[in-house]
Parts: sequence; C-alpha cells; structure tokens
Amino acid sequence: MSVLQIRLTPDRLSFFAVVRASFHELSQERERLESGGRKTIVQYANFLIMLLVGIGIGILAIVVSGLLGPKKATRTKLMAYESGNDPERGGVGTGQRFPVHFYLVAMLFIVFDIETAFFYPLAVAYQKLPQFAFFEALTFVLLLLVGYVYVLKKKVLEWA
Amino acid sequence: MPDWLSALLITLLKAVLVALALLTAFAYMTLIERRLLGRIQLRPGPNRVGPMGLLQPLADAIKSIFKEDVTVTLADKLVYTLAPILAIGMALTAFGGIPAGPPGSLFGTDPWVYNLDAGILALLALTSMGVYGIFLGGWASGSKYPMLGSLRSSAQMISYELGMGLSVLGLLMLVGSTNFLDIVEWQAGPRGHGWLILFQVFAFALFMVSSFAEVNRTPFDLPEAEQELVAGYLTEYSSIKWALFQMAEYVNIMTASALMSTLFFGGYRGPTFLEPLIPGISSWPLVWLIAKIAFFMFLFIWVRATLPRLRYDQLMRLGWKLTLPLALVNTLVVAAVLAFVPAEGLFGIPRLWLLGAVSLLLLLILFAASDAVRGLWNSPALRNEEKRVPGRPLGGD
Repeated sequence: MSVLQIRLTPDRLSFFAVVRASFHELSQERERLESGGRKTIVQYANFLIMLLVGIGIGILAIVVSGLLGPKKATRTKLMAYESGNDPERGGVGTGQRFPVHFYLVAMLFIVFDIETAFFYPLAVAYQKLPQFAFFEALTFVLLLLVGYVYVLKKKVLEWA
Repeated sequence: MPDWLSALLITLLKAVLVALALLTAFAYMTLIERRLLGRIQLRPGPNRVGPMGLLQPLADAIKSIFKEDVTVTLADKLVYTLAPILAIGMALTAFGGIPAGPPGSLFGTDPWVYNLDAGILALLALTSMGVYGIFLGGWASGSKYPMLGSLRSSAQMISYELGMGLSVLGLLMLVGSTNFLDIVEWQAGPRGHGWLILFQVFAFALFMVSSFAEVNRTPFDLPEAEQELVAGYLTEYSSIKWALFQMAEYVNIMTASALMSTLFFGGYRGPTFLEPLIPGISSWPLVWLIAKIAFFMFLFIWVRATLPRLRYDQLMRLGWKLTLPLALVNTLVVAAVLAFVPAEGLFGIPRLWLLGAVSLLLLLILFAASDAVRGLWNSPALRNEEKRVPGRPLGGD
C-alpha cells in the first residue's frame, strides 16, 4: 500500500472527522489497487458460502440424529431437571428473576465495545498521523476513563 | 463451465473440507485431551477401543447419533433446536478466515475459504454471534439451571471479548491492517519484521488470558462447572445437540489457537533463523500452522490439568478491572512509542525493539506487582452492611 497523506483541513480537526476522512481515502486507495473492487466482493461471497456450509452441517447432524434415534418419550423423561421434582415455575419466560448485574454488565459491554469500534479505524490508520492521533486517542480514553472510574466507585463491578 | 461457477465450486469444496477437517479434529481433540489428562495424572487415558484408543471418537460419535433426542416439555422447541445450529455454524465459519499459506499455495488456489479485509473484525463479530447460541440455548431450555448457566456464560464471554478486542489494537497500529494475510506477511514474509510476540508480549499475555475465558476453558470454565451449576446451559440437551455445543466449543478452541499463532507467532510462516539449517524450512505453510495450533491446544489441555477454577465474582473482576484497563494501557503505550520515537529509534536501537522492551517491561511489572494486583479481584469486596436497603435482594448469584 502506498503512503497515504491525510490532509488536515479546518473541517477535519476533530477525531471523528479524521477517522471518516482516513477511511474514505483508504477505500479510494483500495479501489485503485484492485480492479474495480471485485476481489473484495468475491471474498464476501466466500464468507457466505462458509456460513451456509457451517449451518448446513449443524442442520444435517440434527436431522440425521432425529431420524436414527429411538423415540420413546415418557412424561418423566420430558420433565425439566429439578432433582426428581416436578418444577413448578420455570419454562420459557415464566417470571424467573435474575440479578440485575447481568444487565449492568451487558450495558457496560455495549459502551466499551463501541469504544473498541472507534479505536479500530484509528489503529489501522494510526501511522499516517501518529502524534495528532495520539492526543485525540488520549482525550477519548480519558473521557471514557471518567465513566469507568464512576462505574468502579458505584461498585457496579462487584459481585459480592 | 463459466469462471464464476468454477470459483464457487472451489470455494464450496474448500468450505466443506475445512468443516469436515474441523469436525474430525474435534473428535480426535477429545481423545487427545483425555489421554493427555491421563498422562498428566499418571494414568492411562482411553485405550480399549481400537489401538491406543484411536477408535474411541468414532464410538462416541455413533453413540451420540443413535441416542434419543429429548426435548423437555417446557422448552421453546424452535429456539431450542436453532441454538446448537447457530453455535456450530458461527464456530465453523470463524475458522475459515485463517490463512494457511501464501496466496495460491494450495494446489494453485488460495489456502483459505475467505479472506476479508476486515478479518479480525469479522472474527470478533462471529464470536459475538456464538454467544447468542449459548444464551438462547439456555433460555429456550425452559428450566432455571440452564437459564442461570447461560446468563453467567454469556456475561463472561462478552466481558472478555472486550479484553480480546482491545489487546490487539497495539498490533494493528504496528501492522496497519486488519487482514490476516497482511498481518502474517508483516511478521514473517520476505520483508518481515519478526514475530509480533517479540514486540507485543504484554498484549499477547492479555490476549491469551482473554481467549481462555472467551472459549470457557479452565481456569474460567464456570459455565460448565458440573459440581456447581449442574451443567450450565447444557443441562437439558441430549444426543447430537449436546455434541454440537461441545463441537462448537472445541472448534472455538482451535480458532483461538490459530488466532494466537496468526497474530503473534507468524501464522503459516516458520522462523527464518532455521533457514541456514534446511533452506526453505520457514515456508512450509501447513506444517508450521498446524504445529503452532497443536502447541496452543496442548497449552489449553495443560492448563486444564494444572489450574484450579476461579470463582465467578473473581472472574468478572479479573476481566473488568485488570484485562480491560491493561489492554487500554497497552494501546496507549504503543501509540505513544509510535508517535514520539522516531522511526530509526533512539540510541541506535530501532523503534520496534524499543517497543518490544517496553512491552516486556510492562509484563514484568505486572508479574512483580501480581500480589498487590491480586487484591483487585481475589478478595471479596463486602458491601457496607448499614447501607443495605432492607427487603431488597442483594445482587450476585
């Protein structure tokens, strides 16, 4: 790949604008290198084929096993596991409650995964303008750090 | 035959071959694991069915196909059936993107099924989709033990996915591409710089711990802690559906091994310092890749036989309070070195080696401070008794 120069114009002096601009110029460069971008499309088609084969193998295994296995269902056999007791509650969506911690972890995951998503383009295009991008990344991380420390102080991550 | 049709058939053939090879490898991986565990615990593993137990996987497969497929009455039938399909589909697809050689080295075709420019991103996305299989399987079982097991399992997987995603950022800054082929060629191609483990040993440590947790292996295999939570999300599954979940787990282990080899150990290319001994030894693509994958799978089994399991709260604290911030620190350190050290380096030391030294130093500091750091996740942080609101259930499980 040839060296890309990200031109710093006044409208590009923010983190997201730079990321957007670098992706734009990167994709133009790719298109010049590959003949009409066809190669990339083929790889996505290959990905789809692999996905279909993977799922197909799962379906095939379940169908074959369903045809071959014995089918002698009794009431006790179809009972859910509860050490021999007939479970009173349970069943899909019948009001089981579980700790709110799982919600919190899931929400934190979304926040930090978005952070990761912003970091990937920055990391890939990093060597194009290292010093500028370093301070931008540092600002971004510091902002997130405030949230992280708040979460720590609120003891969201304690599973006591 | 038109061009596009032959290309499609070749891809289809490769996809089917990769899938079948992974399934065979899974079957023999179970045997190897049981025999190695036997070796480590000074007992023979399975050695009755066939020579050295070599037919044991076949016997297990036949058994699980001919078993009765029980679906409990309370289960949500459709989702209950779809969950294992989702899990195995995503696991198999994720492996297809690992390059097993330079372009055109597999009888004139490319030795991978697909090679996306966003290779790492696609792989992380597929791992996230694998979490759906586990969670939906536990939810659809219609019983509370699978539900709790799947909740714990998916919370663990998403937590460590962050560590996994963030710890490779430093590596991406060095390479400047998310394509696996570019990463391998950057390390050990004709103009390679050297394996990334040399420059990113700290990131590798974080990545390895995260991937152990990501595939639910010891010491992080709480979802399957059979003494504690029945059998986690697998409680209500039987016959081939159960086997499909196991298969997905082992395929994920293989993908994680392949990923570690590809990202940090030069992937399909061998070490070039062996070249004077046997010319061309560093470019025996499949041999090197398989050897590296085998090494990491041995590591997975070794760790399983050696380490005790973490408690669930310890596990979550380790992920959120240690892996995540340290991965960010690593990213910023790499960024700072790349931004402020000139490319030719300082004091005659090239920048890359300087970065490697810094990375090693970080790891050593972590080891030296490990007793102090352990307080972050090992001591139970009890809540203030006075502040407890009466009548409200405490969190935790």
